[in-house]
Amino acid sequence: MAVPAEHLDRLARGDARADRLFRWSVAAAGFFVLIGLVGAAVTMAWGGREAFATFGFGFITSDHWDPGNLIFGGLAPIVGTLITAGIALLIAVPVSFGIAIFLTEVAPPWLRNPVGTAIELLAGIPSIIYGMWGLFVLVPFLAEHVYPTLSRTVSQWPIIGPWFDGPPIGIGMLTAGIVLSIMIIPFIASVMREVFLTVPSRLKESAYALGSTTFEVVWNIVLPYTRSAVIGGIFLGLGRALGETMAVTFVLGNANRLANLLEPSSSIAATIANEFGEAFADLHRSSLLALGFVLFMVTFVVLSIAKLMLMSLHRREGN
Amino acid sequence: MNRTLLRSTLILGTAGLLAACGPQPAETPEGSTPPPPAGIDVTGAGASFVFPLISQWSNEYAQATGNRVNYQSIGSGGGIAQAKAGTIDFGSTDAPLTPDVLAEARLGQFPSVIGGVVPVVNIEGIEANQLRLTGPLLAEIYLGRITTWNDPAIVAINPGLALPETAIKVVYRSDGSGTTFNFVHYLGQVSPAWAETVGPAATSVRWPIGVGGRGNEGVAAYTQQLTGSIGYVELSYALQNDLTTVSLQNAAGYWVEPNIASFQAAAAGADWANAEDFNLLITNAPGAEAWPIAATNFILVSKEPNDPVKARAALDFFRWGYAYGDARAKELGYVPLPEDVVALVKAYWEANFTF
Amino acid sequence: MDAIASERLYRRRRLTNGLALVLSGVAAIVGLFFLGWILFTTLDRGIDGLSLAMFTEMTPPPGAPLGVGGLLNAIVGSIVMCTMAVLMAAPIGIAAGTYLAEYANYTKTGTVIRFVNDILLSAPSIVLGLFVFVVLIGMPRQIGNALQDTTAGQAGGWLEGMADWLIDISGFSGFAGAVALGFIVLPVVVRTTDEMLRLVPIQMREAALSLGVPQWKVISKVLYRAALSGILTGVMLGLARISGETAPLLFTAFNNSFWNVDLGAPMANLPVTIYQFAMSPFENWQLLAWAGAFLITCFVLLVSVLARFLLLRKKMNHD
Repeated sequence: MAVPAEHLDRLARGDARADRLFRWSVAAAGFFVLIGLVGAAVTMAWGGREAFATFGFGFITSDHWDPGNLIFGGLAPIVGTLITAGIALLIAVPVSFGIAIFLTEVAPPWLRNPVGTAIELLAGIPSIIYGMWGLFVLVPFLAEHVYPTLSRTVSQWPIIGPWFDGPPIGIGMLTAGIVLSIMIIPFIASVMREVFLTVPSRLKESAYALGSTTFEVVWNIVLPYTRSAVIGGIFLGLGRALGETMAVTFVLGNANRLANLLEPSSSIAATIANEFGEAFADLHRSSLLALGFVLFMVTFVVLSIAKLMLMSLHRREGN
Repeated sequence: MNRTLLRSTLILGTAGLLAACGPQPAETPEGSTPPPPAGIDVTGAGASFVFPLISQWSNEYAQATGNRVNYQSIGSGGGIAQAKAGTIDFGSTDAPLTPDVLAEARLGQFPSVIGGVVPVVNIEGIEANQLRLTGPLLAEIYLGRITTWNDPAIVAINPGLALPETAIKVVYRSDGSGTTFNFVHYLGQVSPAWAETVGPAATSVRWPIGVGGRGNEGVAAYTQQLTGSIGYVELSYALQNDLTTVSLQNAAGYWVEPNIASFQAAAAGADWANAEDFNLLITNAPGAEAWPIAATNFILVSKEPNDPVKARAALDFFRWGYAYGDARAKELGYVPLPEDVVALVKAYWEANFTF
Repeated sequence: MDAIASERLYRRRRLTNGLALVLSGVAAIVGLFFLGWILFTTLDRGIDGLSLAMFTEMTPPPGAPLGVGGLLNAIVGSIVMCTMAVLMAAPIGIAAGTYLAEYANYTKTGTVIRFVNDILLSAPSIVLGLFVFVVLIGMPRQIGNALQDTTAGQAGGWLEGMADWLIDISGFSGFAGAVALGFIVLPVVVRTTDEMLRLVPIQMREAALSLGVPQWKVISKVLYRAALSGILTGVMLGLARISGETAPLLFTAFNNSFWNVDLGAPMANLPVTIYQFAMSPFENWQLLAWAGAFLITCFVLLVSVLARFLLLRKKMNHD
C-alpha cells in the first residue's frame, strides 16, 4: 500500500522542524557556555570599574590596603598569589616529572596501573583538606624542625638570604607554596604520564636499539616529542594553583603586606574570601571585584597559553 | 532520557524560584507587638565576640519557643555590611555605629551583652593571669618594637617569672572586627606611638606585623597552634579553650585579671541614658577594679525591615535573652545588661521599631 | 674513540641513568608519601569523630561536649545543593557537548566554544562564586532598592511589587549556591559529552541517517545510548568535583546552623561548615570538621572510582 505523498511531506516537514528546534536548543546551550565565561569576566570588570577608576594603575602597584580609610592597593595579594603559585610549580614540576617517568619507564608493569590510578584519584581530594592538614600537621612540623634552621642559616646567604629572613612562625608563603605544590602534583603528574604514553614506541625502541639508556630515551626522545603538551600541563597546574582559595587561606596568614617567604602574606583568593562578606562600602566591594578580575585575567592568560600548547601537540598527532 | 531530565529540571527550577520568593508577611495591627507565631526562622550575622553566647541562647530559645535563630559569625564588619544591605534580620557588632550612620542606613542599635577583650598568650610554663602587661607594652608588642618574650621591659614588670627567649608571634584579626575596634581603641588611648603609627580605631587597621586569623575563632586557633604567640579574644573563647590569659594594668594603676567582676566594674558608671542610639565605648574605664578593655556588643535591626515578622521575632529573641539568658551569659564569661539599661533598651524599641 | 675513553663515557652514561632513575623513584615516593600522609591524617583524626550521631544530629553550638551533635543539616544541605546543581547543569552541559560534537565539530565556532569551556573548567571557583553573587544577589538587590526609592510614597503599582520581589529573592539562598556549583559542573559535562560523542564511530551515524532517521533522533536515540556510560562518567566527575568546593558557597548559600531544605534561604553545607569548624579553637567542632573532611574524601574517591569503572567497562566494550 503506497503512503500518500502529502502524508510523507507532512512527516518530512515535522522532522525538519524538530531538527531545527533540536539544533537551535543545543546551539543555545553551547552559547550559554560562552555567556558563562564572558559574563563572569564582564561582571568582575564592571564591578571593579570604580576601583580602577579611583586608583588607576596604582591599584596594581601599591601595597597600601586599608579598608578602614578606603584606600586599596592590591600589590600584596597579587604578589602573594604569584609567589605561592611559583613556589608550588618549582616543587611540583620536578616531582611530577619524576613520578611520570617512574610510571612510564621505570616501574614494573604490575605496579604501574595501581599507582597511576592512585595518583589520579588523589587529584580529586577537596582542597579544604589540604588546608586543614597544612595548618594542623605541616605548620607545627615546619615551625619546630625546619624553619628555625632555615631562618638562621639561609638568611645569611648572599642573594636569596633576605627571602628567608623571618621569624619561624610556620605560617607563611613558603608553607602555602608547599601545600599548593602537593595539591597540584597529581594534576601535572597525570597529564605528563598520559602524554608520555602517546610517544610512539617505534621512536623509543629505535633509541634503545642504538644503545641508549632509559634516561637518555626520556630526555632526548620522549621530552622533546611531548614538550608542548608537558608545558601545557604545567600551565594547567599553575592555573589551578593561582585560583586556589581554601588550601591557602589556612596557612598563608592573612597579612595584607608584602613579605618574604617565611612571613605571612595574602593572596587574591584569600583576601576576597576574608573580606567580601563585610565589604559594604562601594569602593571596598569594587576593589575586591577588581582583584577578582585581575585573578581571572591572569588565570585566563595562563590557561590560554596552556591550551595553545596542548593544541599544537594534538595537531602533530593528527587529531 | 534527555526529555525527562529537562522536565525535572524545569520543575525543580521553578520550585526553587518560587521557594526563593518566600512567604508573604502576615498582617498585624499597627503599634502592637504581639508574640511571634512559632516556627519562624530568623537570620542574624556579625560579631564573633558574642557568637558562643548567641548560639547557646539560640539553642535554648529554639527549644522554648520553636523559633530558630540562625546566627553566623562573620565578624562585626560583616554584621554591619549585611545589616545595611538588608540581607539579614539582625546584625551584631562590637563597634557601635554613630547616629548619623544609623540614620542614613535606617537602622536601630541597642546593646545586647557586655564582655571583655582579653590578651591571650601561648608561652611555655606560663599559666593563666601570671603574665602582667601594661597598655603601652601591649602597643609596643603589636607595633613590632618588642620582639622577644624576655625583653627587659616585660621582665621588669614580671619579676620572678621565667620568660623564655622565644620570638613573639603576633596574632590579630584578619576580618573586620569589633573586637579589633575596641582593642585598637584602647591601644590608641594608652599609647601615643600607636595612635600615630596605626591611626584611629576601625574594624580593620593596617597591622605592622603578625598573622591574621579569621574571627575570634581564628585568633584563638592560631594562638593555640603557635608557641610564643599573643592574640586578643573575647574572654569566653579563652575560657572555653583553656587559653592563657594575661593581667593588665588599668587606668587607676591596679593590676586586674579578666573576669566578670572586672568587666562589671568597667561597665558600672557607663552613661547609657545620655548616649544617643547607645553609641558608647567603655574601654580604659576608670575604677580601681575595672578591666581596661571591656566592650559592649550591639545589635542592629532595620527600622523599615523587608520582613517585619522576622524582625519582630529577632527582637523577641533578645527580649527572651534579657529575661532568661543571664545565667548562661555569666557561665560563659559575659556580663548581662543591668536592669536599668534593659529598661532603656525596651523604651528605645517602643520609640524606634514601629513595624 | 679508544677503548678507555669509550669505557669512561659508557660508565658516565650508566651513572647518569642510574641517578636519574633513582631520583625518579625518590620523587614518586616523596609524592606518594605526602599524599598518603594527608589521607592518613584525615582518616586518623576523622575516624574519632565518626559515629552514627554524625548522620542523625544537627551541628552543635561551639564548646558543647565531645560526641554531642553531628553534621546532618550540613550533609543534607550539601546533597540538596549538589543534586540541584547537577540537575541544572547536566542537561545544558550535555546539550552543549552535543552541539560541539555533532554540529560544530570542525568549525571555528566549535573551537572557540571548546577553548572557552576549558578556561571555564580551570577558572578559580571563587571567581565563579562572586559572579553568581553579583548576578543573583547583588544586582537584584541594587535594582530593587533603586526601584523602591523611586516609587517611595506611591503605594501599589507593579513597579513596587517588582521592587519587593527583587529584594525578596536577593538574599543568601541554597538556590544561589546550587547555581554557583552548577557553573563548576557545566564545563566538566560539556567536555566529557563532547569527547564521548566524538568517540562513537561514524558508521553508526551513517547507518541511522541512511534509514531516513532525522538527525535529532539519530542523536537522541542512537548516539546518546552509545555514549551513555561516558556521559554519565562526566556527570559523576562533575559531582565529585563540587562535593568539596567551599569558596563558591561562601557568599551564595552562606551557612545555617539549623535544618533547612528551603532553597530560598541560607542553607547549611558540608564544606563551609568544615571550614568554619576547622578554623575554630573548639575541640568538639574540630573533631566534627575532621570527620566531615573524611566523609567528603571517601565520597569523592568513591564517585571517582565508580566513574572510572564505568569508563573502563565502556572502553572494553568498544575495543
